[in-house]
Amino acid sequence: MTPKELRGKVAIVGASESDVIGFRPDVSDLGLHAEAASNALRESGLTKDDVDGLFTAGISSAQLGEYLGINPRYSDGTSVGGCSFILHVEHAMLALASGVINVALITHGESGKSRISNIPSQSESSPQAQFEKPFGTIGPPTQFSLPATRHMHKYGTTREQMAEVSVATRKWASMTPNAMMKDEISITDVLNSRPICWPFSLLMCCLVTDAGGAIVMTRADMAKSLQKPPVYILGTGEATEHNMVSMMQDMTSSKAARISGRAAFDMSGISHTDIDVAQLYDAFAFTPMLALEDLGFVGKGESGAFVSGQRTAPEGDFPMNTNGGGLSFTHPGMYGIFTLIELTRQLRGEAGDRQVPQANVGIAHGPGGMFSAAGTLIAGNESTLT
Amino acid sequence: MDVYSGYIPHPTPETLPYFQGLKNHKLMLQKCLNCDVTYFYPRPICPACGSRDTHWYVASGKGTLYSYVISHRDTPGYQAPYVIAVVELEEGPRMMSNLIDIAPSPDHITCDMPLEIYFDDVTDTTTLPRFKPFRGDSQHDS
Repeated sequence: MTPKELRGKVAIVGASESDVIGFRPDVSDLGLHAEAASNALRESGLTKDDVDGLFTAGISSAQLGEYLGINPRYSDGTSVGGCSFILHVEHAMLALASGVINVALITHGESGKSRISNIPSQSESSPQAQFEKPFGTIGPPTQFSLPATRHMHKYGTTREQMAEVSVATRKWASMTPNAMMKDEISITDVLNSRPICWPFSLLMCCLVTDAGGAIVMTRADMAKSLQKPPVYILGTGEATEHNMVSMMQDMTSSKAARISGRAAFDMSGISHTDIDVAQLYDAFAFTPMLALEDLGFVGKGESGAFVSGQRTAPEGDFPMNTNGGGLSFTHPGMYGIFTLIELTRQLRGEAGDRQVPQANVGIAHGPGGMFSAAGTLIAGNESTLT
Repeated sequence: MDVYSGYIPHPTPETLPYFQGLKNHKLMLQKCLNCDVTYFYPRPICPACGSRDTHWYVASGKGTLYSYVISHRDTPGYQAPYVIAVVELEEGPRMMSNLIDIAPSPDHITCDMPLEIYFDDVTDTTTLPRFKPFRGDSQHDS
């Protein structure tokens, strides 16, 4: 069997966030997993007892199964950062298509703001703790920013161009009922916001929230009998390159993104110009710019010019991060699950005021860690199967 | 000497020679004798070719600035603004460090500028490798 033969064989049949995606001091990260799982299963018309494949990142799938009361026949805890759930879609597709499982549940939950956590912390002797942490790295803003500086040096990319992404993404959030940040912002607002880690200022950085998300998948035959219009998996890809950002082979291009994107486009048979809507993980305003280049939507070094003039805003011709993204919608810690949820809603035509017209095929893509890994999903509605 | 409040790395057996080298003010790197690649961070098997035939040697301590950021938040051991740098060593591999002895501003710092190592004895037992602008061997104060 080749990947192309798997095109359209599996579908997303349920997708939901936790009840609230902002500030939840009353529940732990496991509770956020459970809420999202419950909501996604209810939407699909399935129950937890139908689930025989369980996928999550950052915690043991056995811990999650215990908490949810699910005994999966197959489970996967691939944890390579925020894109992990996009990788889980590929893993679930393979397990479903082979007949090993019938119903896959992918969940994320993180108490990013309230820090009510059940997740163990990192070892003191990891390579990162030996070779990066001693130099004052304090989380993603001090690491994700390094490739941006090199990109600016090599291609003349500017902070103003990064600010274009923040402004455009906020416009989408203003049309998303449960988005965290909805007030209009200007390029000047972004540039003048508090410096966090140059070249990034506050409004170029993702939110820090408490939230969960979940996806339910089945084979296409079962999907057709369920409650929601199926969103078919047309192409998937994934890769890892490094773990520490200082080990990134070329800071102006993510190898993992290039590999994952090529695999997803090849499997899907979709061309870039066919993509109606794009959800490209925006941990920082620069992050989706690098993805636009590495996925092949623009040439190397061209993303700054591409996003200028509000190209990715509701009024632009490249609808991107249509829920408001990690910059303005929510970002508990591993945002990748929310790219999948928003892509599903857009392809079902359920996105309300922010619905992209004739959204038949779309892409969800994200990096994991510090551009360490990447996952890509190309999905489409019924019209894309013929 | 004030007590250093920054994070102190905890070596593993395979990285200990590197940290012992720093303590002796030497930048120790590993080179693969099979494929001739110098690599970082230390590990017993060459990440380029998979050979176990590797050896340690003293590197030049010179390099260029591959990329950098300026953190605006204090963290133990670091008063903002401070510069986190990725240095491309003369011998090939890159490593994270800090850029010191220069104003923490993009007006003064530029990618690819030449750098040299400064061994910072942060405690009696730990030395961290920082980098400063290379101003020529004649002005080198050791």
